[in-house]
Amino acid sequence: MAQRTAVRSRGLDHGLQQAWKIALTIAMVAIGLVMVFPIVWSFFTAFKPNSEAASASPTLLPQTWTLENFVEIWSAIPFAQLYGNTILFAGVVMVLSLTFDTMAGYALARFEFRGRTAAFIAIIVMLMIPYQAVIIPLYDLVHSLGLGQSMAGMIIPRTANAFGVFFMRQFFLALPRNLEEAARIDGANEWKIFTRVMLPLTTPALLTLGLFHFQFNWNDLLWPLVMSNNIAGATLPAGLALFAGQHVVEYGLLMAGSVLALIPLILFFLLIQRTFVAGIATTGLK
Amino acid sequence: MSARSTMSIHHRQARAAWMFLAPGLLLLTIFTAWPLLRTVYLSLTDYNLLTPPEWVGLDNYRELLADPQVMNAFGNTLLYAVVVTPVTIGLAMLFALALNERFFARTLVRTAVFVPFVVSLAVISIAFRFLLDPNYGLVTHWLSAIGLAPQQGALAQPHTAMAAVMLVGVWKNVGFYMVMFLAGLQSIPRELYEAAQLDGTSRLQRFRAVTLPLLSNQTMLVSILAATASFQVFDQIKVMTNGGPAMSTETLVVLVNRVGINNLEFGYGSAVSVILLVLILILSLAQYLYFGRRQVRY
Repeated sequence: MAQRTAVRSRGLDHGLQQAWKIALTIAMVAIGLVMVFPIVWSFFTAFKPNSEAASASPTLLPQTWTLENFVEIWSAIPFAQLYGNTILFAGVVMVLSLTFDTMAGYALARFEFRGRTAAFIAIIVMLMIPYQAVIIPLYDLVHSLGLGQSMAGMIIPRTANAFGVFFMRQFFLALPRNLEEAARIDGANEWKIFTRVMLPLTTPALLTLGLFHFQFNWNDLLWPLVMSNNIAGATLPAGLALFAGQHVVEYGLLMAGSVLALIPLILFFLLIQRTFVAGIATTGLK
Repeated sequence: MSARSTMSIHHRQARAAWMFLAPGLLLLTIFTAWPLLRTVYLSLTDYNLLTPPEWVGLDNYRELLADPQVMNAFGNTLLYAVVVTPVTIGLAMLFALALNERFFARTLVRTAVFVPFVVSLAVISIAFRFLLDPNYGLVTHWLSAIGLAPQQGALAQPHTAMAAVMLVGVWKNVGFYMVMFLAGLQSIPRELYEAAQLDGTSRLQRFRAVTLPLLSNQTMLVSILAATASFQVFDQIKVMTNGGPAMSTETLVVLVNRVGINNLEFGYGSAVSVILLVLILILSLAQYLYFGRRQVRY
């Protein structure tokens, strides 16, 4: 009797488990749809003719599909120039910052030297300072160096990043202790040890931090906005924001520009998604 | 090994270390540490880029305390942070717990929740503005179908405008914190749950006794990141409302940009920046002290 009750309650448990799983699936799929909705809507709206994009009874899907927005955006604003600026800004910053962050993180993690603790504390303090809070002297400094309204002025202040140094330090700390000892005994110099022994091991961390840097700079609004006084000198977010401020009704056109601006990052992320998530899981973010 | 050659190895190592460290540290000193000190200095001056800074002592701070637009921006920033930070963290943890279960389309949902973190907030805010447009917005259209359409659109009224930029803020970051919690959840040893299950504990008890304490490292990091991000909110406000209507969504960073950069009031703008710095300093200290003694190791 007791046994039969136990069996029945297990069956009930199983039913409950099943219902719970279905409810969870429905809820989470709904949440997923809500999360991508603005992006999906932008995508569809980019294919709407202007009469439809600015219609009093809007729909999610276009009724007539058109490519005219994707053609016109290149002449409505200096879109190619914005694109070039953004690739240059995000690309150069990513490469230089990865280089300097990795080197500094390596020094803090794998060497013992006087001043290491002080340097690490300095990094932590700078990690906490948002650039938004020091933007006035930063703007002033770049202008007094003669780099105002230039790509160099936009790029150079970003070529080292305190978070990047911290992130790479945590990664290097987690590597086995005796890695470089063997190479040192073999008489390899420190630069060779760094580039030949250590760097090949850092790929997941570099990809993760690379995406961080690339997306942060590709997406940033305030700094490019402050550093460019016209649309042509801006990056995509700043340029599109400026354009949106002037031409409120050209919805389809703006959405075509937005979609073109968002696509590289979404692709970049989808390509390295696994490594990126693993990178977050295995480094200092734990 | 003789003492002398040990010394020289140490010496060589230290030199190599500084060579690796120098470029990054130098750049950070010039473009982060120096501007930090200079923000404090400029806040004590009258400066507009054309004439050299003129020392005015605490004048900017006296002016600022009596300035309604500074108090307004301060209040808006606090309100935004107090709402958005816990909501984002709570949702992120909830999503992580749900997405740690096995179910159909889990990987797709994970990607969908994370994708907003990758896209440009400024660019997608243009879409949000259109979705909420009073005449043509799809969301306005849907809201009016169920009788909830705000007159002149959600962005034209102070409360709904603030709610809208808050929602966009949560939407943007929740996926990133979700991934961090997920990484934490996956690093908790399975045996702990199995042992707790053998003891006949409920799901909720296991969450409180195993999951929550072992996630405390992630919770600390996420709450620091989320709170700091809230204090720096700028992008969606700039694009969706530009601080309006009637300055009801103007935050400290928006104000610094308007007064400090656009109006070239460098001294006064720096004083406003110092408020932001102090807020972030207090926050970091408080969280360090609060979580520092609650960290769990296993």
